[in-house]
Amino acid sequence: MSVLETSVGLALADPSAVRAVEATGTSALAWLLIALPLLGAALLLIGGRATDSFGPLLATLLSWGSFVVGALIVLQLSGLAEDERAMSVPLWDWVTAGDLSVHAGLLIDPLSMAFVLLITFVGSLIHVYSLGYMEHDPDKRRFFAYLNLFVAAMLILVLADSYLLLFVGWEGVGLASYLLIGFWNHNPAYASAANKAFVVNRIGDFALIIAMAYMLATFGGLDFATVHGSAGSASTTILTIIGLLLLLGACGKSAQFPLQSWLGDAMAGPTPVSALIHAATMVTAGVYLVVRSQAIFDLTPEARLAVAVVGAITLLYGAIVGCAKDDIKKALAASTMSQIGYMMLAAGLGPIGYAFAIFHLITHGFFKAGMFLGAGSVMHGMADRVDMRRFGGLSGMMKITWLTFMAGWLAILGVPPFAGFWSKDKIIESAFVDQGNGAWQAWVFGLVALIGAGITAFYMSRLFFMTFHGKARWEDDVDPHESPLTMTVPMIVLAVGSVALGFILSWRGTFASWLEPVTGHVEHHEPVLSVPVIMGLTLVLVIIGGAIAWLRYGRDEVPVVAPVGSFATRAARQDLFQDEFNENFLRRPGASLVAGLEVADDDVIDGGLVGGTSRGLAGVADVVRRAQNGFVRTYALTMLAGIVAILGAVWVIQ
Amino acid sequence: MFDVPEIDYLAILPLIIVFAGGLIGCLLEGFLHRSRRPNAQLWLSIVTLVAALVAVVWVARDNQGITAAGAVTIDGPTLLIQGLVLMLSIIGLLAMSERLGGTNPDAFTQAGVSVPGSVEEADAVRLGGTTTEVYPLTLLSVGGMMLFPASNDLLLMFIALEVLSLPLYVLSGLARRRRLLSQEASLKYFLLGAFSSAFFLFGAVLLYGYAGSMRLDVIAEAIGTQTVMDGLLVPGILLLAVGLLFKVGAVPFHSWVPDVYQGAPTTVTGFMAACTKVAAFGAMLRLLYVGVEAARLDWQPVLAAVAAVTMVVGAVLTIVQTDVKRILAYSSIAHAGFVLTGLIAMQQVGASSTMFYLMAYGFMTIPAFALVALVRSAGSEATHISQWAGLGQRAPWMAAAFSFLLLAFAGIPLTSGFTGKFAVFAAAIANDYAWLAVIGVLASAVTAYIYFKLIVTLYFGDRKNDTVVVTPSALTTFAVVSGVLITLGLGIAPAPLLDLAANAAHFLR
Repeated sequence: MSVLETSVGLALADPSAVRAVEATGTSALAWLLIALPLLGAALLLIGGRATDSFGPLLATLLSWGSFVVGALIVLQLSGLAEDERAMSVPLWDWVTAGDLSVHAGLLIDPLSMAFVLLITFVGSLIHVYSLGYMEHDPDKRRFFAYLNLFVAAMLILVLADSYLLLFVGWEGVGLASYLLIGFWNHNPAYASAANKAFVVNRIGDFALIIAMAYMLATFGGLDFATVHGSAGSASTTILTIIGLLLLLGACGKSAQFPLQSWLGDAMAGPTPVSALIHAATMVTAGVYLVVRSQAIFDLTPEARLAVAVVGAITLLYGAIVGCAKDDIKKALAASTMSQIGYMMLAAGLGPIGYAFAIFHLITHGFFKAGMFLGAGSVMHGMADRVDMRRFGGLSGMMKITWLTFMAGWLAILGVPPFAGFWSKDKIIESAFVDQGNGAWQAWVFGLVALIGAGITAFYMSRLFFMTFHGKARWEDDVDPHESPLTMTVPMIVLAVGSVALGFILSWRGTFASWLEPVTGHVEHHEPVLSVPVIMGLTLVLVIIGGAIAWLRYGRDEVPVVAPVGSFATRAARQDLFQDEFNENFLRRPGASLVAGLEVADDDVIDGGLVGGTSRGLAGVADVVRRAQNGFVRTYALTMLAGIVAILGAVWVIQ
Repeated sequence: MFDVPEIDYLAILPLIIVFAGGLIGCLLEGFLHRSRRPNAQLWLSIVTLVAALVAVVWVARDNQGITAAGAVTIDGPTLLIQGLVLMLSIIGLLAMSERLGGTNPDAFTQAGVSVPGSVEEADAVRLGGTTTEVYPLTLLSVGGMMLFPASNDLLLMFIALEVLSLPLYVLSGLARRRRLLSQEASLKYFLLGAFSSAFFLFGAVLLYGYAGSMRLDVIAEAIGTQTVMDGLLVPGILLLAVGLLFKVGAVPFHSWVPDVYQGAPTTVTGFMAACTKVAAFGAMLRLLYVGVEAARLDWQPVLAAVAAVTMVVGAVLTIVQTDVKRILAYSSIAHAGFVLTGLIAMQQVGASSTMFYLMAYGFMTIPAFALVALVRSAGSEATHISQWAGLGQRAPWMAAAFSFLLLAFAGIPLTSGFTGKFAVFAAAIANDYAWLAVIGVLASAVTAYIYFKLIVTLYFGDRKNDTVVVTPSALTTFAVVSGVLITLGLGIAPAPLLDLAANAAHFLR
């Protein structure tokens, strides 16, 4: 089939791999992108209390400075011919060990710059918002330092020209997110959530390390040019292993099945953090990783299929969980998970999906960040309550929040002409394309994406109506009020994006052609259903979903205490028993393997995948520890046994 | 019949300086009033070590060679290891000298010979006794450590081993608080050390039987040409290796490590963990790369197995520890496994990555133990994890530095720990030991768990405890700051030192 041939051709001539020339002009200043926020973080952390007064403002300005540099670089790139838009900015010679040498450098290309604009623009808006949101926090200087640190790390992640430097950013955003989630660390539950997020992420991180080890062994290098350039010469088995490991890494960072357990708990952090890190930027790093590694995924259909499957599972999983959550932020978190599932699905479809994955990522970054900020604004006005059953009827009290949130809501529903319509619909259409792997795949992925859109409409409308419409169910001590300008202005800007960005970027295929040097040019493919039918079906499902939500949560009275609900509701409320699953199938067997030993349970991480595994390991260790009984005679015997074993083994071998 | 051997005194000048410093220190002990000893000994030691370091740099320029009747080799690896030992012992000594406002080094008892809790001990405290003999002991031990990797002769190597070990046994038993634990540690270390020395000697004898000489170059020549006594070769090599593996704390010769690291005065533990490991790996490089390289197909698999077991056991046992000193002890076992991974890769890259890892490890270990010594509860060190909860709020700088060092132990990028692991794993992969590298990566994943848990405890833990972080003097501060900066520097721009290690990794045979 022609698609396969196209993709092979693409991979061998991967544009990002081969054509990068040394940057000139503004692009040579790309290091400033990272240096500015990094400087902010350093000044604020080292300066200590002395920077309390001007620190937050400085951090905000530096973040905007980074955006300006990014915009100038994009301006320069758009003036160049399409095949000259990939440039490298060498920084320094980093690690040299034997024949291996890794240089630290940046890669400027349409893909990385799209991310840079998203990160710096949304990031800077959230800095502004935080000026209002965190106004009364005594430690806000530290908060802004971490925000700047996050922006810098995220920029390292997307600008890196090698997997190794990408990994630095990858760890950096993990660290920054950890610090930010646990920012209000006087609350043990929050601290534990921070811990869970960081530790679950480690699984993904180590998958990434092992992937790098494989790359090193196979290609002799870790920079994109080497790895992608010679991907064609590696065996399919190796490529599949690398692809699956990269996918696992992506799952950790992007909260995809089966490593999704941490995202809901991470909502314990301050709301601007959720907007920036857990909606717009960091959680999309997994999608970036997959799209950036397309040269590998294009050559291994198995790994790519796995990506699509993971995306499909997560998009349904998140949507179902989202239906039952009463905590406004957790409902948004579930929706983020589900939307990233869409992106993963698109990325897993291969060349026909890459551009749409990134497109949806960008629009989602706007409307979801906007909604999170809206949720923050609601919480601000409602004395930090998050239970939607105690909201209701807020549309009159918080007009700006209501309207901006409505923009985001319509965008995520995919109502034309809002932003989500342009990007999500494309993904659903692509999912329905039969790429020669059998029509059943097209039908399965297509229907999953379609049904997902219907469920999305239901739970997002539920959230919207429960919060802003219906009867007011407030507790007595709250006094809802609109938030200050520093908070509403960023919300308005993001709302404008939620309304218009999709249309602007799709106008004459602007965005797709901007990404073309990286994702390759793809001919139009005909889905198994005709496009108007898909569009029509999607709209119908969205309307049905929205209508049911209106009937149940807008028109009817919402009980302030959650009803017991059916089994399905209860399952969804508990994240489909994810924690229980981890507990029963990972931790318990691990623990009982070591002869039912009482494992010290002072573990602060509860039920997380890593918590389980490590407790299992702790059980094993406990057995070994018994040999460490403090008696010299035992130690000497251990040594002697070791010597005898070694000599015996050698004697047998010889 | 006895020819006086030619000795190039210039080449061994650093050794002479250190031993002379140690002996002068002994004299000071005898002749100087005890109130003046602490300062005099401290400065004498520092000046000695710095002078020796200068001498090493100077020797490195053009006095390399094999001297003393072929017993001592001064070449690139020797000089690098010697320089490293000297630098580490300087910051180690500074940390050991921490007085915390008193007149004597705080970590050491005022009467080493007295029975804990006895009248003699109380008298010594009342009279203001000092234990400044730790300085000459340290210098003599450093001398042994410098001779160890330079030994081109098994007998000399044995002597160096004893010279470096005996002072350490004494130092381990001199803790001021929890003296019984400290003395127990000292005795255990001594007994097991003697046990392992016996194996070392036995191995040396077997190789003598095989090659008719204790000199490494003669042994190297004999391999492949000798056939009559062939059976002695491999057991001899392995028994020698056992003696050395004991010193670095590789599994299954590691049981002493946690007990001794916990019992010894904390700053001594730091010095011991870093410097002994450096010196012993230096000697192992000399023995394996120069002496028995030709027989490597026989010993390489064994050492690979030891490396694998060491990493796994070290990592797994680290995560169940609840005492900070024991965490660091088990982590040092795991690190020994990482170093071994680089070492068995052979070739120049094996030697250079090993030496680089040793630099990285040394400069993160001494500051880490120095910081542990500052965390106090009711006058003595608070080493249980729960006592560290919430220190991030009360002692932000200490917590930040310690967290950074833990990240380095875990091998997070932009720390020397990452570069070091990258170097040794790359060396292993390049030389057909990819499986060992995979085990290494997994082992570091396991240990990362406990390091992060410790960081979490530091910052987010429940703060209801009476733990305080005492303010260190300039000495400790210097030791910690320099260690942290080097750890950071080796993470961001390791290229110059990687080059240095690569250039130095040429053995004179």
